[in-house]
Amino acid sequence: MATPNTALWEVFIRSRNGLAHKHVGSLHASDATMALQAARDIYTRRGEGLSIWVVPSNTITASDPAEKGMMFEPAQSKIYRHPTFYEVPEEVGHM
Amino acid sequence: MAVANIRISETPLVLYALRRADDALILGHRLSEWCGHAPTLEEDMALSNIALDLLGQARELYSYAAGVEGKDNDEDKLAYLRDVRQYRNLLLVEQPNGDFARTIVRQLFYSAFADLYWRAMMRSSDQTLAAIAAKSEKESAYHLRHASEWVIRLGDGSEESHARTQAAIDDLWSFTGEMFSVDDSERALIDTGVAIDPATLRPQWLKTVSDVVHEATLLLPKGEWMQQGGRDGRHGEHLGHLLSELQYMQRTFPGLTW
Repeated sequence: MATPNTALWEVFIRSRNGLAHKHVGSLHASDATMALQAARDIYTRRGEGLSIWVVPSNTITASDPAEKGMMFEPAQSKIYRHPTFYEVPEEVGHM
Repeated sequence: MAVANIRISETPLVLYALRRADDALILGHRLSEWCGHAPTLEEDMALSNIALDLLGQARELYSYAAGVEGKDNDEDKLAYLRDVRQYRNLLLVEQPNGDFARTIVRQLFYSAFADLYWRAMMRSSDQTLAAIAAKSEKESAYHLRHASEWVIRLGDGSEESHARTQAAIDDLWSFTGEMFSVDDSERALIDTGVAIDPATLRPQWLKTVSDVVHEATLLLPKGEWMQQGGRDGRHGEHLGHLLSELQYMQRTFPGLTW
């Protein structure tokens, strides 16, 4: 039961070295320390993580879904921006 | 009850492992009673995680006790087929959950001890106990942090959370002395390096607990008188009720699995 005055936090987990932190969900907590503990308890129970970030949800600035035509559609026709014209050596690993 | 209690040859080492296993099982069971009832989803998961850590510790210790005894007993029989007088856990861990503050204060008192205890037991001359200690220490270190952060916020929170947490400290204080007491059977194990002397942990335990309690703007009681008896099977009225729930299935349908 979330009370109105318990802040919402977004949780990001990095599962392996070399990978980026990935958004996994959100939770309610009174402050950053408690948010980190709760994130550990909720989102890393099955060995998912090596590192956790928690970020206050209200600090995230999101794009407006109504503007998605203007924001994202122009990129769809630019196939030449995809790095498909050369091969990535295996040794590079995660890109 | 449909199934008779097992008999156990309580040599000092069997008894020693049983006592620690019972601590972990009973506290783990108490915490599992919060599952689906905790104040928030986040805390529901946190308490269940801790319960599962403790259950895992209990299983290893029961298996070890059964192996050392070398009879027909195993971890399940030790957990499900002993009556209340055969249980050897600390009185602290069998205390009812009460409100959230009481559960958290009980957890602070126990985890602050368990963290020091397992860290010290990593140097046990008994390799199995040393290995169990190395695994348990990481778990108890987190349990201590979890409980400490909550006590600080409850004590330094609202007027009501402060009052409830102080009441829990006052009520549970007299159950903390038993953690540091030693009887003759354990003295022999301490002398041979199998066990550590828990009395040596008390100054650090007191400092850890005092620091948290003071940061929480709460007070530790002055009382010196301490309850004893759990280690010898003399329990309060609550443990029998707990066991009747914990053991009901195996007593009613012996050997049941799913």
